[in-house]
Amino acid sequence: MNFDFSEEQKALRDSVRRFLSDESGSDAVRAVYRSELGYDPALWAKMGEMGLNGAAFPESYGGSGAGYLELCVVAEELGRALASVPFLSSIGLAAELLICAGSEDQKQRYLPAMAEGRSVGTVALDIPQGALQLADGLLDGVAPIIADAGIADFAIIACGEGEALSLGIVDLASPTVTLRDRPSLDPCHRFADISFAGTPFERLETNAPTAAAAAARDCAAILAAFEQLGGADRALEMARDYALERRAFGRQIGSFQAIKHMLADMFVATELARSNAYYAAWALASDSDQLALAAATARVSATRAYELCAANNIQVHGGIGFTAELDCHLYYRRSSGLAHALGSVAFWEDRLINELDRQRG
Amino acid sequence: MDFSDSPEEAAYRARARAWIADHAPHHLADELAQMPLFAFDLRSEDGVAAAKRWQKAKCDGGWAVSHWPEAYGGRAASPIERVIWGQEEGVFARLAQPFAIGVGMCGPTLMAFAHEDQKRALLPKLASGEEVWCQLFSEPGAGSDLANVATRAVRDGDDWQITGQKVWTTYAQYADYGLLLARTDPSLPKHKGLTMFFVDMKSPGVEVRPIAQMNGGSSFNEVYFSDVRVPDDFRLGAVNDGWRVSITTLMNERLSATVIPNGFEEVFALCRQTPGPHGRLIDDPVVRSKLAGWATIAAGLRNTYYRTVTSLSRGAEPGPESSIGKLAAANMMQETTRYALDLLGPEGMLAGSGELNGGGWFQSSYLRSAAMRIEAGSDEILRNIIAERVLGLPGEPRVDKDLPFNQLAG
Repeated sequence: MNFDFSEEQKALRDSVRRFLSDESGSDAVRAVYRSELGYDPALWAKMGEMGLNGAAFPESYGGSGAGYLELCVVAEELGRALASVPFLSSIGLAAELLICAGSEDQKQRYLPAMAEGRSVGTVALDIPQGALQLADGLLDGVAPIIADAGIADFAIIACGEGEALSLGIVDLASPTVTLRDRPSLDPCHRFADISFAGTPFERLETNAPTAAAAAARDCAAILAAFEQLGGADRALEMARDYALERRAFGRQIGSFQAIKHMLADMFVATELARSNAYYAAWALASDSDQLALAAATARVSATRAYELCAANNIQVHGGIGFTAELDCHLYYRRSSGLAHALGSVAFWEDRLINELDRQRG
Repeated sequence: MDFSDSPEEAAYRARARAWIADHAPHHLADELAQMPLFAFDLRSEDGVAAAKRWQKAKCDGGWAVSHWPEAYGGRAASPIERVIWGQEEGVFARLAQPFAIGVGMCGPTLMAFAHEDQKRALLPKLASGEEVWCQLFSEPGAGSDLANVATRAVRDGDDWQITGQKVWTTYAQYADYGLLLARTDPSLPKHKGLTMFFVDMKSPGVEVRPIAQMNGGSSFNEVYFSDVRVPDDFRLGAVNDGWRVSITTLMNERLSATVIPNGFEEVFALCRQTPGPHGRLIDDPVVRSKLAGWATIAAGLRNTYYRTVTSLSRGAEPGPESSIGKLAAANMMQETTRYALDLLGPEGMLAGSGELNGGGWFQSSYLRSAAMRIEAGSDEILRNIIAERVLGLPGEPRVDKDLPFNQLAG
């Protein structure tokens, strides 16, 4: 038993943190916030060059030979730096689906380019019933509120339900596809509705599309939990630093128990979330039978911690925390966006209890 | 990162499991599983006698203090082997409660500060449960503000004469020895005039009065000292250096804390077993959401404990971040048991009705949980510790810190 990251993984964390503090500082994030595109293509390309995106890809598809633990380390740092890249969509979901459900040809066509950051994929798993029609290999209808659709080259769409679920790739550059931007609460992560009009739908070759979709969602949930953990940690640090700096009533505000205890509660929530995320990282890396439970636990825990820390960070700052000038709101927005990506809190709570109930027999 | 057993760990687990199968008091398993929180009153036999038998058996088998050095009855087991033992001991660990303070806090303090011959005389009997130890720290005027201890120790030849009152002393009524923090120089500031001793609880002038607790039990006691003579040889550490010694004791309190009960498994089982408007209670979306929140805290506490064990096994000292465990578990215990009473409907208002729902486990645990938020560091003190010692925020104003103790207002 060993419940910690290795020295090599910690060294990776340090180097990714340095890299992101250079490449994804507050100014860079704010530039994305105001940009047309809504993400940072230069950062994404550099991450590709460094082998961060393909950390968990098999080496035969452009992977860098690391693994899921390293990918989790990367995710935590992306969250801390508010990096505006399509990591969850492209790496957490799309690549994961291709790895576990794609044909050899599909993997070869997409994964190496995704690892290098030249190609971006997104995934639509939660399409309202009846919104899409699939006939003779052609797709019609609208997939609403799809993350990163505006910057993705292709999307993997889950069409139909239950036994009839089909997973297939659609080329978003096709003339049969139109996008409608949907303004995002977190302008560093954007959404669009995708309309299909007879769009070719290239099936993933899997006999178990439901299981593949669930596995990809679990993988992405764990990566999201690490992003949330990194964000929570940074929001806590910001609040702590401000509590030491700001004076009122002749004292540092961090000397008041009302503030100290608020920060202590943020620390407790963050540490519990960290421990659950570590366990989930292990479950992912070792393909444990505890993966589904660990993913849901990590996800719910990290969502609560990040939302608490991001909200209290503003509270500790007081009025200035509500200005656009400070970064507090960027964490607040991201905490909210991440809470609802990949399924609501209620969805993950439900999944968690289902798993626990099932395991108790 | 690896949450599964290495081959050596699996072998250790198999040995522990086999030994428990051969030696544990299996006839008590059901009763122990239903025993109210932090109690060990058995219906079928004398709880203290049963606890001492199991402790002695474990000690003879090399498991009771396996993490201690061999010279004092241990087997130099690693922190992870200690975790494995705890997982395997399961419900029988509830019989170890009378010895938890001795093994967890008094033993390590003796190891750090007693003479070698004292260690060899005292520690094996402490380990085997033949002698029970208690911790005589809190006083009516010294709870969270522990350094305000007023019990006096006055030097008299080769002895010290102890006068004063301790309170909230767990299991003092069974104790043979106690670790005593007393004031030796009231003219010094409060942290600086304290000295640590151990005392024979059978000495003339020691009187133990069990406290009638709000939950009906009496695990806590008042202990009165009237001119009790303690040899200077029973002093631990230098005269007036008792605060530093007490820090060692309290650090080990964090270390000895295993996964603290939080009520999750009990309320989860209740919700699986009890019919509700949508099938079982657990099928109700509101109940599910509540349970899910607690499930993440329970898992977080377990996984945090494992992380702590990993860092201890690499030689780290237990740090102030371990305060998380008690803070979160105590609050959760109060919330889960309160919620269970709500789920029980009118029965939740009763003291517990025999066979149903653990025979009143939730009711008794709800009462007992109020103390969990106070004992071993109140919620507020633990939040201060996290804020100051982990996050680096300013300390509380301590207006009496540098004043002589005998000039404090009270």
